[in-house]
Amino acid sequence: MTEVVFVLAASLVFGIGVWGLLIAEHLLRKLLALNVMSSSVFVIMLVAAGGNASPDPVAQALILTGIVIAVAATAFALALMISIYRETGRASITDEDDDDR
Amino acid sequence: MTMIAESLAGLVFIPLGMPLLVLLLPGRARGYLCFAAVLALPLCLLPLTQEVWSGNEITLALAEFHPPLGIVWYLDGLALIMLWLTAIVAVPVSLHALTSFPPNEESGRGFWPLWMMLLAGINALFLSADLFNLYVTLEMITLAGVAMIGIGGKALALKAAMRYLLLGLLASVLYLLAVGLIYGQTGALDIYLVGERLETGHLASTALVLMMTGLLVKSAIFPMHVWLPAAHGNAPGPVSAILSGLVVKVSLYMLIRIWFWIAGDWELPAAATALGLLGAGAILYGSVAALVQPRLKMVIAYSTVAQLGYVMILFPLASVGAFRAASYQLLAHGLAKAAMFLAAANILKSLGTDRLIALTDLDRKMPVDLFAFTLAAVSIMGLPPSGGFLAKWLLLEAAWKQDAWGWLVLVSVGSLLSAAYLFRVIALTCFHPGRRHGPTRWQPPPSSATNAALILALLAIAAGFTSAPVLDLIDASLPPGGIWP
Repeated sequence: MTEVVFVLAASLVFGIGVWGLLIAEHLLRKLLALNVMSSSVFVIMLVAAGGNASPDPVAQALILTGIVIAVAATAFALALMISIYRETGRASITDEDDDDR
Repeated sequence: MTMIAESLAGLVFIPLGMPLLVLLLPGRARGYLCFAAVLALPLCLLPLTQEVWSGNEITLALAEFHPPLGIVWYLDGLALIMLWLTAIVAVPVSLHALTSFPPNEESGRGFWPLWMMLLAGINALFLSADLFNLYVTLEMITLAGVAMIGIGGKALALKAAMRYLLLGLLASVLYLLAVGLIYGQTGALDIYLVGERLETGHLASTALVLMMTGLLVKSAIFPMHVWLPAAHGNAPGPVSAILSGLVVKVSLYMLIRIWFWIAGDWELPAAATALGLLGAGAILYGSVAALVQPRLKMVIAYSTVAQLGYVMILFPLASVGAFRAASYQLLAHGLAKAAMFLAAANILKSLGTDRLIALTDLDRKMPVDLFAFTLAAVSIMGLPPSGGFLAKWLLLEAAWKQDAWGWLVLVSVGSLLSAAYLFRVIALTCFHPGRRHGPTRWQPPPSSATNAALILALLAIAAGFTSAPVLDLIDASLPPGGIWP
C-alpha cells in the first residue's frame, strides 16, 4: 500500500518537474524543475528496488551516485547560467537569431 | 593477461589523471603533456586489439568485485572499433588544439583538462557493459562537452551550451528512471544479465521507451535534434570536431547496444520502423536544412543531423548487413566530420568569418584546407573510394537483400541531397565567377592546424580501403539475438 502512495507521489512530483521545465523562462527555475524531476526518479528507484520492506544496498548506492551527479550537474549549470547572465544581461535562453553572425 | 588489464586501465586512467595533474603545472606545459597522453591511447589499444583479434572477448572485474555490486569492463569487436575511432580522431584534434587553444592562454587552460575528462568518459563508456556505468560515463561526457562549447565565452555559444545541457539533463533523468525500473525487476544492471532476465511486459516496454527517448535526445536524432546545430555550429573549432565526430556517436552506440543486446528478441517491428522513420526524417530534414544555411559551420552541423539518420535505418532492417553498415557509418562519419570541422575552423580563423557569401577564392587563399574539406566531403557524400561510400554501399546492399525498397530509395535520395549541399559550398567558395573579391586580407592558418585537418581527411578516404579487418571485427561481435543473417 505504501508503495502505491510513493509511486503516485513520485509521479506527481515528476509531472510538476516536467511542467516547470517547459513553462519556466528563468534558467534558475528550469534547473530547479530538473532537480525536482530527479528527486522523483530517486523515489521511484527506491520503491522499485524493494522499498522499506527489504532495503537494497545496490539501489541505495545507485541513488547516492545519482544525487552526487545531480549536484555536480546543477553546480555546473548554475555557473553556466551566471556566465550567460554576464554576457547577455538576462538569465534566459528563449531567444531569436541563433543561426546568424 | 596482466598487460591487458593495464592497457584497459591506461585507456581510462591516463586521461582521467591528466586534469588533476595539469592543474599543478604552469599553463605552458599543459597542452604538451595532454598531447603526450593522447598519443599513449593508441599504444594502450595495441595489446587489446591483438587479444580481441585472436577471437577473445575481454572481461575485467574491477578490483575483483563481481556484479551486481562490482563494476565489470567488457570489450568486444564493436567496442574496440569505437575505441580506435576515439584514439584516431583524438590525435589530430589535439594537434589542432595546440595552436587553436594555445596552452598559455585562458582558453587553453580550460580546454585541456575538459578534453581529457571527455576522453576518459568516452573510453570508459565503450568499456562499460553495465547500465548504470553507462549512465555515469554519459554524464561525464555531456558535462565535459557542454563546458567545452562555452570555452570561448561568446553569448551564442553559451546559450547553445545551456540548451544542450538542459536537454541533456532531461534525457539523463529519463534514462536513470529506466535504469531504476529495470533494476527493480531484474536485480541486475549488467547488460547481458538484464538481457537474460528482463521479461517483456508493460514495465519492460516503459523502461525501453524511456531509455531510447533519452538516448535519442542525446544523439540528436530528428526531431530531438534542436540543440545540435547551434551547439556544434557555435563551438570553438576543435570542440565542434570532437562533438560531431565522437560525442554524438557515443549515445548512438548505446542505442544500438541497448536495443539489440537487451531487447533483441522482443519482436518489436512497429517500434523498429518508427526508429527508422525518425532516421528518414533526420536525413531529409537535415539535408534540406543544410542546403539553406548561410554559414559554413552550420552547414556541417546540419549535415551531422542528416548523417546520423543513416545509422537509424539499422533498426528496421536488423540484419547482419545493416549492422555492418551502421557500424561502418559511425566510423566513417566520425573521421570525415572531424576533418570537415577542423578545416572549417581554419577557414573561420583565417578569414574571420564563415559566412558562405564572404568565402570567395578559397582555392587560391587556402588550397590545402579546402582540399581537406573536399576530401571529407567525398566521404560524406558517399563517393568511392571512401569510408562513407563503403558504409552507404553496405546499407544499400542490406536493404536490397531484404527487398526493403523504401529504405533503398531513402539512402539514395539522402546521398543525392548531401552531394547537393556540399557541392553548393564548394561552388560558392571557389567557382563563383562573379565574386572574385571578398576579404582581401587573411592570415594563413598554422601549418600544424592545416595538417591536422588533412590527416583526418586522408584517413576518412583510407577508411574505404581498410574494410576487411574492420568488418571482421564487427562480424565477431554481432548481437546475441534479433538480427537477420
